[in-house]
Formats: sequence, structure tokens, C-alpha cells
Amino acid sequence: MLYFSKLKITFITLISLFFILIASSNLFKFENILLKKNINLGLDLQGGSYLLLEIDNKPVINQKLQNLTITLRSYFKGKNIKLVNFKLQEDKIFFNVNENDKQKVFEIFNDEKSEINPYYPRFKSHQLEINEIDSSLVVNFSKQGLVKLKTSSQEQALEIVRRRIDEIGTNEPNILKRGNDRVLVELPGLDDPMRIKSLLGKTANLTFRFVSNNDEDTFGNEQLNYEDEEGSEFVSKRIILSGDNLLDAQPRMDSESNETVVTFTLDRVGAKRFGKATSTGIGRQLAIILDGKIISAPVIRDTIASGSGQISGGFTFQSATDLALLLRSGALPAPLNIIEERTVGPDLGQDSIDAGIIALIIGFVLVIVFIIVKYKIFGIITNIALVINLLLLVGVLTLFEATLTLPGIAGIILTVGMAVDANVLIFERIKEELKNEKNNLIAFDSGYTKSKTAILDANITTLLAAIILFFMGSGPIKGFSITLGVGIFTTLFSVYFIARLLTFLYISKNKEKEMAI
Amino acid sequence: MIAFNRYYNQFNILSVSLVVISLLFLIFKGLNFGIDFKGGTLIELRSSDSKVNVSTLRDKFNQMNLGDISVKKFGNDTDYLIKFENKDSKKGIIEEIKKDLIGSFGNNIDFRRVENVGPKVSAELLKSGIIAISVALALMLIYIWIRFEWQFSLGAICALFHDVIVTLGLFSLLGLEINLSIIAAVLTIVGYSMNDTVVIFDRVRENLRKYADIKIFELTNISINETLSRTLITSITTLLALVSIFIFGGEILKGFSLAMIFGVIFGTYSSIYIANTILVRLNVTQKTILKDEEKN
Repeated sequence: MLYFSKLKITFITLISLFFILIASSNLFKFENILLKKNINLGLDLQGGSYLLLEIDNKPVINQKLQNLTITLRSYFKGKNIKLVNFKLQEDKIFFNVNENDKQKVFEIFNDEKSEINPYYPRFKSHQLEINEIDSSLVVNFSKQGLVKLKTSSQEQALEIVRRRIDEIGTNEPNILKRGNDRVLVELPGLDDPMRIKSLLGKTANLTFRFVSNNDEDTFGNEQLNYEDEEGSEFVSKRIILSGDNLLDAQPRMDSESNETVVTFTLDRVGAKRFGKATSTGIGRQLAIILDGKIISAPVIRDTIASGSGQISGGFTFQSATDLALLLRSGALPAPLNIIEERTVGPDLGQDSIDAGIIALIIGFVLVIVFIIVKYKIFGIITNIALVINLLLLVGVLTLFEATLTLPGIAGIILTVGMAVDANVLIFERIKEELKNEKNNLIAFDSGYTKSKTAILDANITTLLAAIILFFMGSGPIKGFSITLGVGIFTTLFSVYFIARLLTFLYISKNKEKEMAI
Repeated sequence: MIAFNRYYNQFNILSVSLVVISLLFLIFKGLNFGIDFKGGTLIELRSSDSKVNVSTLRDKFNQMNLGDISVKKFGNDTDYLIKFENKDSKKGIIEEIKKDLIGSFGNNIDFRRVENVGPKVSAELLKSGIIAISVALALMLIYIWIRFEWQFSLGAICALFHDVIVTLGLFSLLGLEINLSIIAAVLTIVGYSMNDTVVIFDRVRENLRKYADIKIFELTNISINETLSRTLITSITTLLALVSIFIFGGEILKGFSLAMIFGVIFGTYSSIYIANTILVRLNVTQKTILKDEEKN
């Protein structure tokens, strides 16, 4: 029935006022917790950088398998089984074993209490799989093992990325996991992500190793280039110290050489090892290697027992600062690749906001004028409902602190265009009813009732589209789906409560008057 | 009352040919995918320097060996949009370009927007876009199947496919770019077209119950006319909002609002001339809906 009790009227008014008050908190600064809320602006409106990083897990897998070959060899040696012809290929370990021992090897691998092959009861899967191919045995990570490995390297990467970004001190960064091998970084307000990109692009694997020009080194040696690509050295594969032993690193001006250097402090274990290496290796060159490139290879002149030292390598102050930062925040478990980048400058963001608001105002005015011309007094009612609808929409978005994007603004404007649909359906229906029904109240009432299914159908179809967009879309598109979806609910509220209430008030004052819509 | 039904045949022929032509365009000319779906790099820059124009910028970028390059003005006279393939996904390419441009044109260059989408991500975005549209169509199909009899469902789905195919065909014909926001537009069109069709169908069904002796050919015409002013008013207000976005909403929303404008026009047309004619061709009668209601 087209009737509203006093209680209902109060209720509707209160709800509307509540959301309008919340919406207004975007304009004014309130101290109240509830009113402190604001709509967040998306990166496309406030400017900023969006980076999607993918972890390259290949080196990690390789390293793990390499370590595994050593473990396997010694483990089976203890069981008097000899594994021979180890070969690492395409993320698989190949090896041969005596025919009589094969069964035993399989049993050990597939035992749920296996010491070398952890079993995950939750996934009913081992970490490793073993198969026989052409009389060799092949060991590789199982699906679950790979997932475990990826999630753990993702967790580490996330932590290191967070530390590095925090060190630079950008404002409210957003760092999230995506899938099991990606990290998403959102940096609001940052218009030049160059420095962050170069910092995130480095694994920052630091090692100290002796230069050894002869082949006597029991650990073997390898030839590495200098960072500036000029010259190379043979360095031992034995690692004296790694970045893990670092407690702190800072850029500093060396007063003697007048050069920018990075000073570092080692932990207890590191200091001990460093002291020993520098005392036995006086006269030798100690190479300082970052991500496979030699930064410098100074000659050791004295024993360094204090556990601190400095790295020089022709740094500018900026590059020394960055190196110190990388060393402080630790090494990434694996290299990161930037697979998607979107950066919007702050002035383009502001331009988009301005354009969006102008489009909203003009679209709004056009619709309002059109509706008044078409429906006169009922047009005014529709328009009041439309304005309240818009305020409710902003209020709801504010209450949930939703993120507003440029397509989101488009969604609001579109809502303005489509919101009148429900009222139009109702009024057109009432018009028809008035042709046969002289009693205004009855005609209006049946107009509302008979248009209900069409209105519900129309809104459900749009809502379905919005829901799909919400789950499938990314960033800005999500913003569109949110405003479109929330808009449907505020529209239904404004049509069935606000517009219907106003219509009811008008009709009950003019019961006898001839109605013209 | 307007005799919409007099032109059912003519408009059916038109619709079928539009769909066929669109499909031919989609197959042979294809769509102009933006970097979201093709991968590559996009740079929007602003410079009021007189040395900077489309041809000097093109020369500069051509020297850098970045693969396929497009340079064009974007919105106003000082803004340019540059797109290139970045085939080898070179690292640090944007920094290099910045240095290079500042080196030759001085500091008066503002990088307003930079987007770089790797091949893996673009393939995923394309896949999820296609999935999103398919899921939307499937959901609409299920919804309409629950709400109406199969003849109505078929009509609504034909109208829906018509709108999506012809809108995409027009994008192919005009060579307009397909990016993420176009997918959003297509999904909204799906919702809108459905909504328009459902409102008319609702009326057709109601009239079928009311008048047992009026043939469907006449009945659809009555229903179209009864809902006509609603159809027009809603289309007009929606178009007013969309045109306002198209003209004033800035360069970035142009493609989105244009796709929506096409979609609303086609959606309005199809609910009159496709959805209803299917009912006529399937010879829907009062029995069609009563049979269903008896079952319940």
C-alpha cells in the first residue's frame, strides 16, 4: 500500500540523514571516528605507481636441488646404497643406483615418515616425486612441494620488498601477495618509480670471497666481471662472508680518500670469520661481490677484528645510499621481474578528477532538466530522490572507505542516467492506471505494484554484470563495478522509500485533484 | 500507436546482415587490442615546447628500435600518446627514454602516464576478459531461463549477442582500441540490453494473459507501444549521462563512453526489433505461458 506510518517516515529520514552526514565528511574535517572516514582515491586519480612483480623461482629451485644432491648422496651412503651419475637437468635430478637397491630407494622416498622427503598430511603429498625413466631414477618437486617452495619464497620476497620500500619512506605503500609467485606494490603519490624499480630489481646477494688466480682452490673458482664491466677476476667459490652476517650498513664519506664508501657492521659469527680470514689472508685480494658482479677487490693489509669495515667502489653518494639500503634490508630469495607497471602523474590525476566532476555535474543537470520537462511535479519528486540517491551512494562508499577510480566516477554518472529508469517505469504505469481508475490513491498504488517485477528484473541484470566485473576486474575496473553495484541498492532505496514517500505525501494532500503525469 | 510490427521483416534482415558484417570484420580485420591485451608500453607526455610534435617524437622513438610505434596527439595540443611493442621487454627502457627525450628536448617534458604490460600479464588479462564476458552471458541466460519460458530466453539471448557482436564489430570497423575499460563497457551493455528486453517481455507476458485472442504479431506491437515512452526516456537519460562523460570526462574515458553509447543504442533497437520478432517467429501464444504456469 502507498501508505507510510509516522514511524516509517522517521526511520527513512534518519537513514538518509545518516548517510548524507557520512558523505559530507569528505568535505569537512570531523574528529569523530565514524565521520573521519573518507573515500580513498585510486592511483589513477591521486597519481602514483602500480607495480606487479613476478618472482623468478628457477634459481631457487635449482639451488634447492643442488643442495639436495649432496644430502641424498650422504644419506644413502649411510644406508649403504650407492647413488652414482648425478645429473641436474630441467628441474630434475637424475641418478643411477644398483638394480637390487632400487626398491629400497623407492620405499624410502615414499615412506610417510621419510627423513629426506617431507610428507604433507594436509595435502596427502610428499615434497618430492621419484620416478624411473630409462633405467635412471629421477627426482623432482611434486606439485605440492613446488607450491610450498613458491609460497615460502613469496613470503620472504614480500618481507624484503616491504623493508626496502619502508626504507625509502614513501607514503602509505600497499604491498600484497598475488597468486603464489607475485607481489603487487602500490605506491600512492609516487610519480617517478625509477629509484624503487632499480632497488627492487636487485637481488642484493652480497658475498666476500678471495681472489684466487691459480686452480689450487679446493672449492673451485669462477671468473666474474667487475660491476663497471671493465676487467674480471677469478674468485674462489668459497664464501667467507655473506649479506646474512651484516648487522648494519651506512653510506659515509671517507675522510682520507675523500671518497663515498659504504661502512658495515658484522654480527658475532661474521666478525669472527672476517677476523680469521683477514689474518690468514694478509696480502691477498678479497673480492666483494654483489649479484655476481665484483664491486671491488681490495688487498688485505691488516687483520680486521673489530667486525666492521667499509666497501669502496667509486660510488656516488646516491649509489652508496642505495647499496647501504639494499644491504640493510637483506637479499631477496630470488630475482624479481616487473611484469606490469602503471604510473600516473599527480597532475593527470587531478585533471581526471576535474573532468570527472564536470562530466558528473553536466550529466546530472541534463538529466534533471529532462525529467522536469517530462514529468513536471513528479519530475521534481524524481529529482529529489535522485539527489538523495547520489548522496547515499557517496555515503555508502565513504562508510566502507571504498576506492574511487576514474571508471568509478563514470559508474556514478551512469547510475544517475539509469536511476531514473525505475521511477519512469512506475510513472508510466501510473499514467496507464489513471486512465481507468478515478481514485488517485488506488491508481498510484497499483502503479507501484504492477511495475515491481520489471524493476527488479532490470536491476538484477545490471547487478549480475557488476558482480562479475567485481570478481574479474582489476584496479580501476573494480572501482567501476563497486559504484555500479552500490548504485543499484541506493537507487532502489531512493525509489521505493524516498520517491514513494514524497509521492504519497503529495497524493494524500491532493486526493480529489485530477492528476496529470 | 506506432506500427513497429510492419517492419519486422525488414529490420530482421538488417540485424542479420549487421551481425554477419560485424563477424566478417571481427574475423578478417580483427580488433585493435591496446597494450592491456597485447602487451607493450604506453607513454602519455605533455610538452609545450615547439620542437616537440608528432613527427619529431616519432623520429626520436624510431631511433630507439622499440618495434612497432604509434605516436598521436591526445586530447589537446600539448599532449601526446606514444605506444610501442617493447618486444624484448627491455628492462629500464622507460628510464632510457626519459633521459633521451630530456637530452634532446630539454626539461620541458612531463611524463603524465606510463603503462607497461608484459606479455604474460596481457595474455592473462585477455583470458580473464573473455571469461568475464562469457560468464556474464551465461548468467544472463540462466537468469532469463528461470524467469521466462524458453522462447523468451531465446529472444533475449539473440538480442544480447546482437548487441555485443555489433558493438565489437563497430569497434573493429573504426579501428578503436580495445582495452580493459571496453570490457567493462561490454559487460554493462550486456546488463543494459538485458534490462531493456526484460521490461518489454514482462509486458508481453502480462498482455498474453490478458488477451487470449490477439495474435502475437499484434500483441508484441501493443506491448512495445505501451512500454515505448519508458524505453525512450531511460535511453535518453542514460545517453545524456554517457554523452556528458564522452565530451567532458577526459580522454581516458572516451573509448569507454563511446562503447556504452553504441551499446545503449543497439540495446534499445534490439529489444524492439530482435527480441520481439523471435517471439513472433516462434509463434508464442497464451498457451505457451499458461502451460508453464500449470506445471508450477
